[in-house]
Amino acid sequence: MAFPSKKEEEGGLNSFYNNKTTIIQEARVFNDSPISPRKCRSLLTRIVYLLYIGETFTTQEATTLFFGTTKLFQHKDSALRQVVYLAIKELAVTAEDIIMVTSSIMKDMQPNSEVIYRPNAIRALCRIIDPSMAQTFERFFKAAIVDRNPSISSAALLSAYHLYPLAKDVVKRWVNEAQEAVNAKTSSSFFGTSSGSSYLGFGGTAQLSGPQTIQSSSYIAQYHALGLLYLIRQQDRMAVTKMIQQLGGGKSGAGTTLKNPMALCMLIRYAAKVMEEDPNVQKQMLDLLESWLRHKSDMVNFEAARAICEVKNPSQSQLSKAISVLQLFLSSPKSVLKFAATRTLAALALTHPAGVATCNVDLENLIADPNRSVATYAITTLLKTGNEASVDRLIKQITGFMAEISDEFRVIIVDAIRSLCLKFPTKHASMLTFLSGILRDEGGYDFKRAVVEAMFDMIKFITECKEQALSYLCEFIEDCEFTKLSVRILHLLGMEGPKSPQPAKYIRFIYNRVVLENATVRAAAVASLGKFGVNASDSSLRRSVTVLLNRCLDDVDDEVRDRATLYLKTFDEKPLADVYVKEESIFSLAALESKLVAYVKDPLAAALPFDVSAIPKISRLQAAQEAARPSTLDIIGAPISKKTPDAPPPPTAAEKQSAYAQQLAQVPEFGSYGPVLSSSASPAQLTESETEYQVTCVKHIFKERVVFQFNISNTLPDTLLEQVSVVMQPQSGEEVLEEDFIIPMQSLSSSTSPGIVYVSFTRVSPEAYSLASFQCTLKFISKELDPTTGEPEEEGYEDEYQLEEVELNAGDYIVPSYANFGADWDRLRTGPSATETFALSAMESLKAACDSIVEVLNMEALGGTEAPTSTSVHTLQLSGLVTGGGGKVLTRCRMTYSQDQGVTLELSVRAESREACDLVLAAVGG
Amino acid sequence: MGLSFSTLFSSLASLTQWSKEKDVRILMLGLDSAGKTTILYRLQIGEVVSTIPTIGFNVETVQYKNVKFQVWDLGGQSSIRPYWRCYFPNTSAIIYVIDSADTARLPTSRAELLTMLSEEELKGVPLLVFCNKQDIPGALKPEAISEQLGLAGGEKSRPWSVRGSCATKGEGLEDGLDWLVNAIHSK
Repeated sequence: MAFPSKKEEEGGLNSFYNNKTTIIQEARVFNDSPISPRKCRSLLTRIVYLLYIGETFTTQEATTLFFGTTKLFQHKDSALRQVVYLAIKELAVTAEDIIMVTSSIMKDMQPNSEVIYRPNAIRALCRIIDPSMAQTFERFFKAAIVDRNPSISSAALLSAYHLYPLAKDVVKRWVNEAQEAVNAKTSSSFFGTSSGSSYLGFGGTAQLSGPQTIQSSSYIAQYHALGLLYLIRQQDRMAVTKMIQQLGGGKSGAGTTLKNPMALCMLIRYAAKVMEEDPNVQKQMLDLLESWLRHKSDMVNFEAARAICEVKNPSQSQLSKAISVLQLFLSSPKSVLKFAATRTLAALALTHPAGVATCNVDLENLIADPNRSVATYAITTLLKTGNEASVDRLIKQITGFMAEISDEFRVIIVDAIRSLCLKFPTKHASMLTFLSGILRDEGGYDFKRAVVEAMFDMIKFITECKEQALSYLCEFIEDCEFTKLSVRILHLLGMEGPKSPQPAKYIRFIYNRVVLENATVRAAAVASLGKFGVNASDSSLRRSVTVLLNRCLDDVDDEVRDRATLYLKTFDEKPLADVYVKEESIFSLAALESKLVAYVKDPLAAALPFDVSAIPKISRLQAAQEAARPSTLDIIGAPISKKTPDAPPPPTAAEKQSAYAQQLAQVPEFGSYGPVLSSSASPAQLTESETEYQVTCVKHIFKERVVFQFNISNTLPDTLLEQVSVVMQPQSGEEVLEEDFIIPMQSLSSSTSPGIVYVSFTRVSPEAYSLASFQCTLKFISKELDPTTGEPEEEGYEDEYQLEEVELNAGDYIVPSYANFGADWDRLRTGPSATETFALSAMESLKAACDSIVEVLNMEALGGTEAPTSTSVHTLQLSGLVTGGGGKVLTRCRMTYSQDQGVTLELSVRAESREACDLVLAAVGG
Repeated sequence: MGLSFSTLFSSLASLTQWSKEKDVRILMLGLDSAGKTTILYRLQIGEVVSTIPTIGFNVETVQYKNVKFQVWDLGGQSSIRPYWRCYFPNTSAIIYVIDSADTARLPTSRAELLTMLSEEELKGVPLLVFCNKQDIPGALKPEAISEQLGLAGGEKSRPWSVRGSCATKGEGLEDGLDWLVNAIHSK
C-alpha cells in the first residue's frame, strides 16, 4: 500500500484535484449535451485513480456516479467507451442497481459490434450480472471463448473464471470450449521466447482493422483457458492428472500444445500439487517436470526446477538437474532470475546442503551483487552449505552491507548465523562479535529479538562465549527501547550472572535499569538483583545487593516494592531462599489454580492456612514444554513453511481434577466431607462400549471417605430408566470401608444421558490406605416410551445389569509429582524404606513393564526413565505424593529382561511415612 | 396558408440550426413488451429486429429529416421502472408507448404515465403517446385509449398527442415524429 503515502507526498494541487468531493461535483459533465469525450475520460480516470489509492465511495455516491457513467453509452468514442467500462467495473462493487447497464453491455458484446468494444464489454459483464442470468448468456459465452480474436477469447475465459463461484453449473458446461481454447492453434509465425511480455500488447491499433488480421504472439488465452479448466476440475484429482498428462506433451515435453510460458508455469504448479496429494503419480509428474527443465523459456525452467526442489523425496539425479538449472540462472544478467534462483537454493539448502554446495562458487560471486536481496539470499545459502573455514570471511562480507538491507532480510541472516554457531561452535567469537555489532544498529523489534534470541542460544549451548555474550547483552539493555527484550535479558542475567566468576560486574548494569526504566523493567531488574543476592557465594556482594534492594523499597510501583521486600526476606531466611529462588521445580499451575479456587470457596477452610504441599509439582523443563513454544532450531530460516492448524490440546489431568471438584461441590451430601484429595485421572470402563447401558467409574478420595462416581448412559431411545442406582458388594471379608449411602438418579433417558449416581463409603481407619474391590450391579426400573406421545408407560419392570468389578487400589491414593530424584532419594535414606523382588514373567518387554508400573502406581516417571533405552537392563525412577498428608514417596525399579524369564523387578521404595511405603509395595505385589 | 407555411419553414430552419449545437434528447418509455425497442430500431435502421426484453436501456442516435434525435429506450419491466427517473434531466420530449392490445394492463400503463408526468424535471416537456400494435385484431383505437388516459382537459401544461402506430409495419411513426419536431420547436 505504497500509494496513499505517495499521494500525500505529491500533495498540493493533486490532493485538491483528485478530491472526492470535487469529482462528484464535476460529474455534471456526464449530463452535458453534447458530451465532451475528453472531459469525461479524464474525470473517469480520476474516479478510477481514487478507488485505486483506497478512497471509498458511499453506496449513494457510487450509485450516482454509476448512473452518470451509463449516460456516456450514447457516445461512440472508443477510447471513452474503454474508460467507461473500467469505471463501471470498479463502481459495480459499491453501487446499487448496476443491472441497468446490462442491455448496453450486451449490445457491445454482439459479434457485429466494434472489436474494440467486445472484450471490454465481456470483462465488465461478469461484474454486472447475477448468477441467475448466467444461463441467458451461455450461447454467447461459448462462442466468445472460441473466438479467433485472442483478446475476446481471453476476456470471455476470464469472465467465466469470475462467474464460476457464482454459477458453477452453468460455467461447467463450457468446459469443451475452454478445452478448445487451450488447444487453439493460431497461424502465427513469429512466436519467440518472449515471456509473456506481450501480454499487455494486445489492444493496439492493429485490432481496429478487423478480426481477420489479428494474430497473437503471446497465446495468453491458453493461460486463461487453463486456469478455467483447472477451476472446473480441481475437485477431481483424476481429471486434473489427466489434463496435466494431456497438455504436458509426453515424456519429452515436445508434444505440448501449450505455447504460453505462463500457462506452462501454471501446469507445473498443478503438477506439483497433484504430486503432493497423490504420491502414486510422483514418478510420471517428475518426468514431466524434468522435461520442462529444458524448455526454451526461463520462466518455465525455473518453475520446474523449483517444483522439483520442493518435492518431498526427490531422487538425487533429478535434484542435481534442477540445481544445475538454477546454477545457470545465478550467472544470468537478469536480477529477477538471480533472485529467484538464490531464494530457491536458500530454501533447499536447509534440507540438501550438500547438493546446493555445488553452486558455492557462483553464490560467492553474488555476495557483492548490487541487488541486496540477491546478496542476502546468496550469503544465507552459503552459510548453510559452507565449511568452517569460510565462516569468518562470510561474516566480514555480511557486516559490510547489514545496514543497507531491510529488517526482514536481516532477520533471515541472523537466523542463519544462529544455526551456524551451533554447527561450528569453535567460530563463536567472530559470530558473537558480529551479533553484538548489529545489535547496535538501528532496527525494529523483530530484528532485535532475533539477535537477542541468537545470543541466548549461544549462552545456552556454547559455554565458552557465555561471559562475553552476557556483557554484550548488558551493554544492549543500557540503551534498549523494547521493554520485552529488557525483561528477558534481565531474567537471563539473574539466572546466569551469579554463576559467573565475577558476578559483581553485572550489578551496575542491572541497577541502572532500576534507576532509569519503566516499572515493568524495574520489577524485572529487582528480581534479577534478588537472584544475585541469594546465589552469590561471597557475602560482601549480598550486602551490596541488600543496600540496593532496600532503596527499591521506596519505589512508586507496587510490584517493584513487593519484589524487593520478598527478596530481602529470602536473604535472611535460607529455607525461604531454597523454596522461592533456587527451586528447580514449580507448581503445576492448573492444579494450583483449582486448589486455590476450592480454598477460596470453602468458608470453613479460611481458618487454616492454604496447604500448598498437596499440590503436584512439575520441573521447569516440563513447564516450558507446556508453554509449548516451538523449538526455534526446527524452524530457523525456512522461507517456505506450511502451517498446520493447531488442534486444541486435550484437557490436562489437573483441569479434569478441578472440573470434578466443581461437580462434587454441587452435591449437598458431600458438603461436610472437606476438599477432594484426589480423583482418578481417567474414568474406568465398566461395560463394553457397544452395550445398551454404558457405565464408567471415577473414584474420589476424601480425608475420611471414598466416593464412587458412576457415569451412566442409556443408549435406548425408546426406554426410560427410573430409580437408577448402583449396588456395590465388597469382595473381601474385611470391612475396611462402610457404605454410607447411595445417591440414585430419578430417571434417565437417552436424551438426558449421561447421568451420575454417587456411592459414598467411610474409610474405617482413615490413616490406613484401604484397598478393596467391589462387585457392582446396576439396578433400575425400565419403562417403555410410547412412540407417539413420547410419554412413559405407567407400569415398568425392575431390572438388573451386571457391571465389571471396581477396585480401589494404591494408584488412587497417589498423585504424580515432580521431584529431584537423586537429592530426595538420599534425603529419605533414613526414612521408612523397603525393597522386594518380583518376577513379572508375563511382561513381554521392559517398556511394557514400565508402562504398567506407572499406570498401577500413578506416579511421575522422572528424567525420561519411562522409556527404556536398553532391551535388557533398565532403571525406572518414580515420584509421587500420597494424598491425605502421606507425604512424598519415591520408587526405584531396577529391571532386567530375558527371553525365557520375562521381567525381573527389584522394587525399592523410600517414603516419608511407613504407610505410604507399604501402599506401594502392596500395589505391585497385589 | 402562406404565412403558416413560412412559419413552419423558418421554424424547421431554426431547428436544424439549433440541432447542430445540441442533440435533441428523447426518452421512450412504456410498460414491458409495448414495442419500444422495435420502434427505436425501426426508426434508426428502418428494419424490424428481433428483440429480447431490455434489461437497462438502449440509446441510439436517429436521423430524421435533418434532425438528430438521441433516443433513450428504457426497459419497461416493473423492476426497471424506478430507474427511469435517473434519465429525466435535459429531456426534450417523451415518447410513451402503449400496447393497444393489452387492455388489461392499460390502467397500470396510465398510472405509470401520470406518475412520470408529475415529475418536476419533466415539466412542460412535449408528450407523444404511441398506441402501438394497431395491426393486432382487437386492439383499441387511439381515441379510445386517449379517453381512458384522460389527458384531454387534465393536461394543459404541455403539448401532447395520442396517435396510433404499428412498429412492425412502420405505420404512424413518421407522423408522430413530425408532430414531435413541431412541438419541440414551438415550446
